[in-house]
Amino acid sequence: MPGSPSPFTGEGRGGGETPADPGTIRRRRLLLFAPLGIAAVAGAGFLAMLRGLSTGSFDPRGVPNPRIGHRIPDFSLPPQPPAAQGFSSADLLAAGRPLLVNFFASWCVPCIAEAPLLMRLKNDGVPIWGVAYKDAAPAAAGFLARAGDPYARLARDEPGRVAIDWGVYGVPETYVVDRNGIVRWRWAGPLTDDVIAQQLQPLLRKYA
Amino acid sequence: MLRSGFFVAAMLALSCFAAPAFAISDPAEMLPNRAQELRAEAIGGQLRCLVCQNQSIEDSNADLARDLRRIVRSRVAAGDSDRQVIGWVVARYGDFVRLRPPFRPLTWLLWLSPALAVGLGTAAVLIARRRHPPPPAPLSDDERAKLAELLRG
Repeated sequence: MPGSPSPFTGEGRGGGETPADPGTIRRRRLLLFAPLGIAAVAGAGFLAMLRGLSTGSFDPRGVPNPRIGHRIPDFSLPPQPPAAQGFSSADLLAAGRPLLVNFFASWCVPCIAEAPLLMRLKNDGVPIWGVAYKDAAPAAAGFLARAGDPYARLARDEPGRVAIDWGVYGVPETYVVDRNGIVRWRWAGPLTDDVIAQQLQPLLRKYA
Repeated sequence: MLRSGFFVAAMLALSCFAAPAFAISDPAEMLPNRAQELRAEAIGGQLRCLVCQNQSIEDSNADLARDLRRIVRSRVAAGDSDRQVIGWVVARYGDFVRLRPPFRPLTWLLWLSPALAVGLGTAAVLIARRRHPPPPAPLSDDERAKLAELLRG
């Protein structure tokens, strides 16, 4: 019976295992710690992810925007009252200075929270161009009357088709466009004091 | 143990009913040409709804998903290839929008991980086998005679 273990594997026969080698035993003992090592590495990974989640540097649900670093899409949008004139990509290019493009809607709750921060940016001299997204003109006008109107220019995109060209997937979204019409930054969701201080302000200084 | 088995079985049974539930409830959304509509559904099934994220745009009721479904259909009707249609959406939302990620340096680990796991497993088995001592050589006639004598002992 060649496969079955034989009781006669004594020291005298070749090919037998030498069970008492202390080096081998020590190495096998070390192997017991391998699961601990793997758990430690995985734990460190999860900790890094949690840290990233709390600081915002890691967002598994974040949608990337391939437009960043490239020119704004071509578009032309009708006016959103109270503005009498809408704006187009040509108008944005003609502005000749970095500015914010903010997509908002009257039905968007975070937009209410964002409104005072936009107002403060406006008072600091930052031009903000607003696009009312998937909103009826009177509803958006009512929202601006209630929450404040921080916008230098106002247009409306009721079908939401131009917003798709920008890569918008929800409101509010805020873009930084430099003087050459290149999209430099996008923030999906309401701006916060931290985001403005740590990301937006340095960018505006950089491209001023 | 038994209960979790029941749970899994129940979920599997339920998923059979859930699978074909496409969100398109409005026949006006569909293309009149059946072949084109099927192509559009196949394309849309590969595109992530950016709002709900774990559904395709074909499965989602979100506004944006409906808009993207319309765009996919209008481009299919206009004669775009599947690749061109998907490329159009990827140009706006990145590879994130594809439910089936492309094979890129960034996704090499993702795509190759099954092969990697099989390779590592095979290597582990081979190494373990090699370490196993070979079976002892069969007894020679001489030894067998000695053994018989001992047993008779």
